[in-house]
Amino acid sequence: MEKVDLSNIGNEVHADITQLAKNAGVELSSCYQCGKCSAGCPVGFIMDESPRRVIRLLQLGLLDDALRTRAIWLCATCDTCSTRCPKGVAVAALMESLRQEAKRRGITTEKNINLFNDIFLNNVRLFGRSPEVILSALYNLRSGNFFQDMDAAAHLFKSGKAHFMPGRIKNTQAVRRIFNKCLEKEGQH
Amino acid sequence: MRYAYYPGCSLDATGIEYDTANKLVAKKLGMDLVEIPDWNCCGATSAHSTNHLLALALPARNLAIAEAEGFETVAIPCAACFARCKKTAAAVQASPEMKGKIRDIIEMDYQAKAEILSFLDVVGKKVGLEKIKEQVIQPLRGLKVAAYYGCLLVRPAAIMQSDDPENPMVMDHIIEGLGATALDWDYKTECCGASHVVPVPNLGKNLIHDILRNAASHGAEAIATACPLCMLNLDMRQKQINALLGTNFHIPIFHFTELMALAFGYSGQDFGLAKHFEPAEELIARTVNPGVRSAGA
Repeated sequence: MEKVDLSNIGNEVHADITQLAKNAGVELSSCYQCGKCSAGCPVGFIMDESPRRVIRLLQLGLLDDALRTRAIWLCATCDTCSTRCPKGVAVAALMESLRQEAKRRGITTEKNINLFNDIFLNNVRLFGRSPEVILSALYNLRSGNFFQDMDAAAHLFKSGKAHFMPGRIKNTQAVRRIFNKCLEKEGQH
Repeated sequence: MRYAYYPGCSLDATGIEYDTANKLVAKKLGMDLVEIPDWNCCGATSAHSTNHLLALALPARNLAIAEAEGFETVAIPCAACFARCKKTAAAVQASPEMKGKIRDIIEMDYQAKAEILSFLDVVGKKVGLEKIKEQVIQPLRGLKVAAYYGCLLVRPAAIMQSDDPENPMVMDHIIEGLGATALDWDYKTECCGASHVVPVPNLGKNLIHDILRNAASHGAEAIATACPLCMLNLDMRQKQINALLGTNFHIPIFHFTELMALAFGYSGQDFGLAKHFEPAEELIARTVNPGVRSAGA
């Protein structure tokens, strides 16, 4: 790894990191880098930085590096880490806060996960529910993976596990107002 | 007892047979399931990857409706929905400020007073094993089942309040109560990758493969799940994994209430066994033998 000059990290970065950790209910200094979170992480094998190292980046003040990891997107929020942490650090909640912050800053290291989330939420905003067929179809189309899971489609439709028409709620306006208000308040958790 | 039932989006589609089995089982057990009127999607898992307040507010609307309707207990069959609802209730209980914010956003009062339970816990703990055993007329004698809980039903431990985050036993006890054998295996609470399987296929396929392999190596003839997404990943993607990794898994996967329905005397047709990707009819025909109890006893 290249040399990092930690003396140039401004106070505002430290303030941002403190706020992010607070949102997740995490005291960063609690982590003594034992690595138990990363040893048990089922997704660790595919991450660029382990959860332990993401926390270390934050302890060092390297927020931008943490926000640019693929790890914060690949975390499946299974909470094995948080449950096993001997210091009670809510690691998965921290990854979640980092993912939200990265998204807010337009840093979307895992494009397909970000795309999936955008399509999913847009459907919920439109219909109030998440129609699986529309989600898969739009995702395949927009990610360029046109035939993903197509082997299963025939059985899904034949067995009534998939519908062409999305189920929707009556009060879609209430859900839309929830979306609008939450996006307005973004950043002020 | 009366329960507010939050099926979640999957139970109207890929998890439709789970919904049917839940209702059959509830009827036999004397549970009064009432679907939360005009419920919306809880946002899992995309909302909590995107916006903290949205992740709390979407489930809060449903829970607030349930409270307004006077329900004391909310029963949730999807592990992801269950996790989001539990986390919302915990956030609102922990902070009066958050409670106010959520009330403003959903434009409804939400006190976070109703008890939120997974459907598994409602059946296994509220209703209880004795009542389940009373209903068994076709024991699943000899069927070796790996009870698969996945992650969100049991973790984080402080919020989910399951019996044990590393070695839960509720589903195992139910399986035994049905006359089947619950296997001791290693992957009962490992993550299946949930919706990540779509945008990161290689990730999901590795996780699903490991779960199937461990179950198979412990002699599982079937895997029982308590989440529509776990079910979909293990069932629908088994063929894809065989093709991709050169394996030859053919393990029927069940929602745990489907096994209950079978033991309670229903047939696979009653809830839609044929909707499964991995055929289960042969295994069931071999295991469920009507009249076994009277003949044997």
